[in-house]
Amino acid sequence: MDAILLQILNGLDKGSAYALIALGLTLIFGTLGVVNFAHGALFMIGAFCAVTLQKLLNLSFETLDETQKDFLGNPLKVETPYVEYWFGPEVGATIIDWSVPLAILFAIPVMLVVGYVMERGLIKHFYKRPHADQILVTFGLAIVLQEIVKYFFGANPIQTPPPDALSGSVDLGTMVGFDPNAIIYPIWRLVYFGFAVGIIGAVFSFLQFTTFGMVVRAGMADRETVGLLGINIDRRFTIMFGIAAAVAGLAGVMYGPLNPPNYHMGMDFLVLSFVVVVVGGMGSLPGAVLAGFLLGILESFASTTWATTTIPGINQIIIYLVAIIVLLTRPRGLMGRKGVMEE
Amino acid sequence: MAILRVKDVSKRFGGLKALTDVNLNVEENSVHAIIGPNGAGKSTLLNCLVGKLMPDTGSVLFNNNSVLGLEPFQINQMGISRVFQTPEIFGELTVMENMLIPIFAMRDGAFRMHAYETIANEREVVEQAEAMLEEMNMADKREMNAASLSRGDKRRLEIGMCLSQNPRLLLLDEPTAGMARADTNNTIDLLKQIKDERDITIAIIEHDMHVVFSLAERITVLAQGTPLVEDTPENIRGNPKVREAYLGETAA
Amino acid sequence: MLGLNKKDTSLLIVVALLTLFAPFILNPFPEGSAMAQFNAGYPDLMQRFVIFGIFAIGFNILFGLTGYLSFGHAAFLGVGSYSAVWMFKLLSYNVIPAIALSVVVAGLFSLLIGFVSLRRSGIYFSILTLAFAQMSFALAYSVLSNPKFNLTNGETGLQVYADDPQILQGANSPDLPHLFGLPMRATYTMDVGAWSFDFNAGYYLCAVIMMVVFYLAIRIFRSPFGMMLRAVKSNQQRMNYTGLNSKPYTLAAFVISGMYAGLAGGLMAAMDPLAGAERMQWTASGEVVLMTILGGTGTLIGPVLGAGFIKYFENIFSKINDNVLHSWFAFLPDGMEDAVVFLIHPFIGKGWHLTLGILFMLVVIYLPGGLVEGGQRLLKRLKRKKTDADDAPSGKTEPAE
Repeated sequence: MDAILLQILNGLDKGSAYALIALGLTLIFGTLGVVNFAHGALFMIGAFCAVTLQKLLNLSFETLDETQKDFLGNPLKVETPYVEYWFGPEVGATIIDWSVPLAILFAIPVMLVVGYVMERGLIKHFYKRPHADQILVTFGLAIVLQEIVKYFFGANPIQTPPPDALSGSVDLGTMVGFDPNAIIYPIWRLVYFGFAVGIIGAVFSFLQFTTFGMVVRAGMADRETVGLLGINIDRRFTIMFGIAAAVAGLAGVMYGPLNPPNYHMGMDFLVLSFVVVVVGGMGSLPGAVLAGFLLGILESFASTTWATTTIPGINQIIIYLVAIIVLLTRPRGLMGRKGVMEE
Repeated sequence: MAILRVKDVSKRFGGLKALTDVNLNVEENSVHAIIGPNGAGKSTLLNCLVGKLMPDTGSVLFNNNSVLGLEPFQINQMGISRVFQTPEIFGELTVMENMLIPIFAMRDGAFRMHAYETIANEREVVEQAEAMLEEMNMADKREMNAASLSRGDKRRLEIGMCLSQNPRLLLLDEPTAGMARADTNNTIDLLKQIKDERDITIAIIEHDMHVVFSLAERITVLAQGTPLVEDTPENIRGNPKVREAYLGETAA
Repeated sequence: MLGLNKKDTSLLIVVALLTLFAPFILNPFPEGSAMAQFNAGYPDLMQRFVIFGIFAIGFNILFGLTGYLSFGHAAFLGVGSYSAVWMFKLLSYNVIPAIALSVVVAGLFSLLIGFVSLRRSGIYFSILTLAFAQMSFALAYSVLSNPKFNLTNGETGLQVYADDPQILQGANSPDLPHLFGLPMRATYTMDVGAWSFDFNAGYYLCAVIMMVVFYLAIRIFRSPFGMMLRAVKSNQQRMNYTGLNSKPYTLAAFVISGMYAGLAGGLMAAMDPLAGAERMQWTASGEVVLMTILGGTGTLIGPVLGAGFIKYFENIFSKINDNVLHSWFAFLPDGMEDAVVFLIHPFIGKGWHLTLGILFMLVVIYLPGGLVEGGQRLLKRLKRKKTDADDAPSGKTEPAE
């Protein structure tokens, strides 16, 4: 029982990432009718926002500390980050320690701008082009973005640790009555899951309770009619794209402490997120979220020693297998609506 | 003898009854029109005949064989050709190729892996296509892209493609919808000519009374998903029930 | 000739001559000259030109004719390579059975994947093929390379070891891929003055095979079957109501293109007896898509041009480094030279992928018809200029082809 619960919990972090990326993909696809192969790159850019902020905060100047000597007897060179110099050592150190959560503030404007530029500069011109062209041009864009990041940050993963207060693990098992040490769970995973739920909740309430969201939902159901109502769809599309970009970016920012960001993480997540969207049902937001968590959890079960010894490597292919089975038995996905993307 | 028999066909969409106990017989070599106000279930009925929709109950027999549960291409191979409301043609292909495809389909069936033959060597098929283009007065447009044809020509081409398969039954779904008067009259003339020159049954779904009364030999009036009357055009014109249900709102 | 019309025959002859004399054509610069780095007449590179040409020709039969965009064709290429290497391990280093098996296995594999993927169309299809290819990659990379059942040898890649059975390997036959005793690596170098030309057995085997499959592709394009495939792209609804079942047509196109990919994979292994999982990655699938659209989707010669173009520039760009750039721009004033080199630097050497991505976008945005359409447009413009110059009334418009 506790083992099962542990695997479910273990699947939550990846599931959260899948759900957030798939949510953005679905929003873009549902409103703009565009298949965005560069969405994974947005996730990756988000993660590198955290990396960048961490680097910025760690910018230091050198001073000679006369009170300390190195082994040659010369004064020791001490690196002091500017932040510590400006705000005092303690506050400065705390700021650096909390650089990943702080990067959220940094990433939101960055992602909105990136999304705005992408939509106005490129995607806009592809609304009326065939899906194949949309796939191809965003695929090209994804390569370009990932190569640019590789050029500036190198090919190796970069560590982005969580704040001290949120690193380490908690013993969740004891809280619900299991034996101690049965369910040891890293705090950051809980944070990530909570964060993801928060964002998903925010997006859904935005769509549910604002006029803007109502128009967007109407547009997802029937684009032409909403266009006929004389509502300026174009501007809303841009905003929607920016929001989707921000969601993917934020998912990336907070993901860093779970897995050190590298330049190809976007591509890795994109393929799986597409599978998630297809399993959830193209154009269905709840479907995307549900399938994201389900597949994340499933992957975690397939990664247990028991599973991998029974069928070696099952963890690597389980999602694809499930996707194929779902598509063969329920071609519209778990929650797909009739008439969306049908010929 | 009736070539198409529709028996007790019903179809619901959720709570909406689109068709209720539709019975309909289309006699061989006749022109049968199905009319009715918007939402009477005309399109639903048509889609049940060609394999696009599966009725909830009832049967559809073509030439004494059931067509229910068959794919559109299988129904076509039985001898039913369909003309769409907006012409459905192969826009990116030339007019000639558009005409070749149905003839190949008739000769070779639903699938054939003729990947190593050359079209030009298929003399018989090419000749048939050329003859059909001639009949449709489109021989001079054979190398044009079908998408660049005028709306009237697209309609002619589509009808020609259907006729090239020598179907037993030709189904037309509002063939003159959205057409200018001149194009409509041309289409009526074309259909009259087809009716006179060929052994063919034509079932036509139409909104335009002018078209219906110039072509049809029998008319079925559909209202709220069920046939109201079936009779000759003369009697339909005089029928008070029909006037009330349908003609009253549109007939001048 | 050969059942082709005049235009296609001349196209075939031109391609045949170009591939036949490629060792000359691709080495226009004398050995040791500054321009020699632009030569492309090495056996290894020439082999890649034609092998990727085959891959792209096959891909075009699916994408160009039916419009179904597969993002997983690299899987078939990889399967072809693995099959060929297994043939080397079990039978002998003779390339004929290896290539034959790679085509057959890739065909069966694509039949399986196509059968499932083609239940959906549009972007669903693209995503399904992508998922299948990624699954194949994972299978090859880890799942099928465990001690109990080692089919792919995982990260190391599949290769021939001394203790492999090789039951048909004769005592005298060469210990590397060969065609009835003629090693694929055999190269005859011809020196003419300062020039040097390489004639490689492997290249000529690939070239002959490419000629054959190019000819077959022309036949398919001009056949009733090819017309049906274009009908699939144009209007599936009309097709179904015309009594044609579009599924088997699309599946046949999928399998044919899968077999072309398998052939390309088999030839790759025949040139260098090694098969690795990275050949199946989706970026590799993306590359063949790019080759096809860059050359011209749905045209006969386009994919070959696209493959050659990309492989050539991949090779050139990877070779250029900052020193080369400095030597090129030495004529500029010092500061400007550095600035120019600094600006170009991210796109060369390891930055080839960046250039590729940008190229990808530019082609899709500005030249959806690819190089072939670009050439046609250029030709048209030149013609128009000429007629303008002749002061002739230009009321007549030239047909596109």
